[in-house]
Amino acid sequence: MEKQNLLDIKNLSVEYKTEDGIVYAVNELNMEIGHKETLGFVGETGAGKTTTAMTIMGLLPTPPGKVTSGEILFDGRDMLKISDKERRGILGEEISIIFQDPMTSLNPSMKVGDQIVEMIRLHKTISKKDAMEEANKLLEMVGIRRERANDYPHQFSGGMKQRVVIAIALACQPKLIIADEPTTALDVTIQAQVMNLIKGFKETLGTSMILITHDLGIVAEICDKVAIMYAGQVVEYADVESIYMNPCHPYTKGLFNSIPKLDTEEEWLEEIHGLPPEPTERIEGCSFSPRCPNCMKICKHKKPGITYIDEKHYVRCFLYENQEVKTDE
Amino acid sequence: MLKFTLKRLASLLLVLIGVSFLVFMLLSLTPGDPVRMMLGESATPEAQEALRKEMGLDDPLLVQYGRYMKNIVVHQDLGTSYSTQRPVLDEIMNVFPNTVQLAVAAMVIAIILGIFLGIISAVKQNSLLDNIVMVLALIGTSAPIFWIGILMILLFSVQLGWLPPSGFGSFEQLIMPAVALGMQSTAVVARMTRSSMLEVIRQDFVKTARAKGQREIVVILKHVFRNALIPIITVVGLQFGTLLGGAMLTEVVFSIPGVGRLMIEAIKQRDFPIVQGSVLFVAACFSLVNLAVDLLYAVVDPKVSKE
Ligand SMILES: Nc1ncnc2c1ncn2[C@@H]1O[C@H](COP(=O)(O)OP(=O)(O)OP(=O)(O)O)[C@@H](O)[C@H]1O
Ligand code: SF4
Ligand SMILES: [Mg+2]
Repeated sequence: MEKQNLLDIKNLSVEYKTEDGIVYAVNELNMEIGHKETLGFVGETGAGKTTTAMTIMGLLPTPPGKVTSGEILFDGRDMLKISDKERRGILGEEISIIFQDPMTSLNPSMKVGDQIVEMIRLHKTISKKDAMEEANKLLEMVGIRRERANDYPHQFSGGMKQRVVIAIALACQPKLIIADEPTTALDVTIQAQVMNLIKGFKETLGTSMILITHDLGIVAEICDKVAIMYAGQVVEYADVESIYMNPCHPYTKGLFNSIPKLDTEEEWLEEIHGLPPEPTERIEGCSFSPRCPNCMKICKHKKPGITYIDEKHYVRCFLYENQEVKTDE
Repeated sequence: MLKFTLKRLASLLLVLIGVSFLVFMLLSLTPGDPVRMMLGESATPEAQEALRKEMGLDDPLLVQYGRYMKNIVVHQDLGTSYSTQRPVLDEIMNVFPNTVQLAVAAMVIAIILGIFLGIISAVKQNSLLDNIVMVLALIGTSAPIFWIGILMILLFSVQLGWLPPSGFGSFEQLIMPAVALGMQSTAVVARMTRSSMLEVIRQDFVKTARAKGQREIVVILKHVFRNALIPIITVVGLQFGTLLGGAMLTEVVFSIPGVGRLMIEAIKQRDFPIVQGSVLFVAACFSLVNLAVDLLYAVVDPKVSKE
């Protein structure tokens, strides 16, 4: 807590105006990432993970999106307040992003080499030739032959495209990489390769990373911290060990229980019942209450605040309010 | 690529044969006797009969058509004008440059203005500006050329006296016809540019470009516009064909000596060879432009050229 975090998100709320009403995509979200830390960002589809990522980068489409409260401090600067020019200096240079679907995240009419060069030349004053050489090196680093710099994206497989995307993201050695489900769109066999690649770079370059994923196994393997997101809110935030040893929020417990166990016949031991709330409705009380097995009377009327289980582990749930001592036993 | 080109050329030939046949048959059905037009009402039946025989007009239609096609293929001869007795091809080539100049001028206006307006309204989607441009485009596509042309003449020539109402040759004389003719195409190009840009603008690679810290104007032109280009090229190509057709109307309104006026005059005088020749000629231009557009795809879209 004493040293400054790389990224500090405080009370962030984001909504979308749609024809069906206002979608409350992110609600008073709090989280932080230290230098060289990797945060696993876990939650069901529609929980608001991508929205959060895009908001951090200042790339939220407005309209329909709108930030209604909060601040995003990156290295001391509030990303919501800086000028476009300042942001353009940060994007790519200090924060970069890897999108979910490599099939669509490269420009189809540009050679892949040129797409890497574009990134390099935006942030470094070097000649085209030198930039090309750097791009070739980056390609080799991610396991693609340098000659392929002259090919177009459609000549690559999904896995190789994602490698190119990673090369672009790494080009300026950013302080923070946001990886939005970087492997979900890939074949299962390739997922592990790409994940290992990401893991390797994260370690050698010492970048911080936000890894958005559904896969708690991957989180255990490469993350230092975890934020569990539900209906636009981080409901539990902790060190990886802490959350695996002592999951507190009923939703987190449900997530861990729904991991398929290989040694049992049933595929899902115990799933979380019901569906996430409609994003356009605002639930009075705890947003998880309609599905929570531990739901109490108070949960229906009041929103739970943040309760610290220990210094690096917080949860938003009434079960722990005023009784931290009990769970610490 | 070569195979593709040859295939397209073959189908182009088929189209032209079909067009020539249709026009030939249609003209033979139209009332009015060219022989009587040429000799005047007072000519004796014998004289008419002699001329008809000389021109081969009493042969069966199919024989006449066969002869016509043979002359085209073997001698590159589209026939002789009934009224001037000069080769049809010469008559067309005499005025064709004027039509092309008019169509190209209109096209340039349509491309520059249409793309510019389309990009602006896509980038500012749903803004007041976007709405204004789209309403104008709707008016542009639905207002007939001759109406716009006449209004323009009334305003700029009769009322204000800024521009000459007719004739061809000088830059001033080109402005009004080109604008009147280009109006519809500008609207079509603007609408296509807008919708194609909007299609591309939501794609992920645009976010990738922005996430690099690229300036918005570069994102729009280099990443979005480049990928929105294919449908735009298609309409531009198709518009060029339409413009050639529209040029005919414009030529009549502004008294410009072009293929359109040539054709209209020929219809009035029952000068069938000219009518046939011009239609065939315009159809050939239209098809060639479309072929050129298809080949252009290959340059723009790397996927096509690799196939
Ligand atoms: N451009 C948009 N316009 C309107 N609503 C949107 C838009 N983008 C996202 N939303 C809504 O905001 C909510 C959060 O979406 P978001 O994409 O952030 O979820 P996510 O956690 O990334 O889900 P996933 O795991 O499926 O990627 C969803 O209800 C979604 O429908
Ligand atoms: S606050 Fe209540 S409803 Fe919400 S998770 Fe905790 S126990 Fe369940
Ligand atoms: Mg997402």
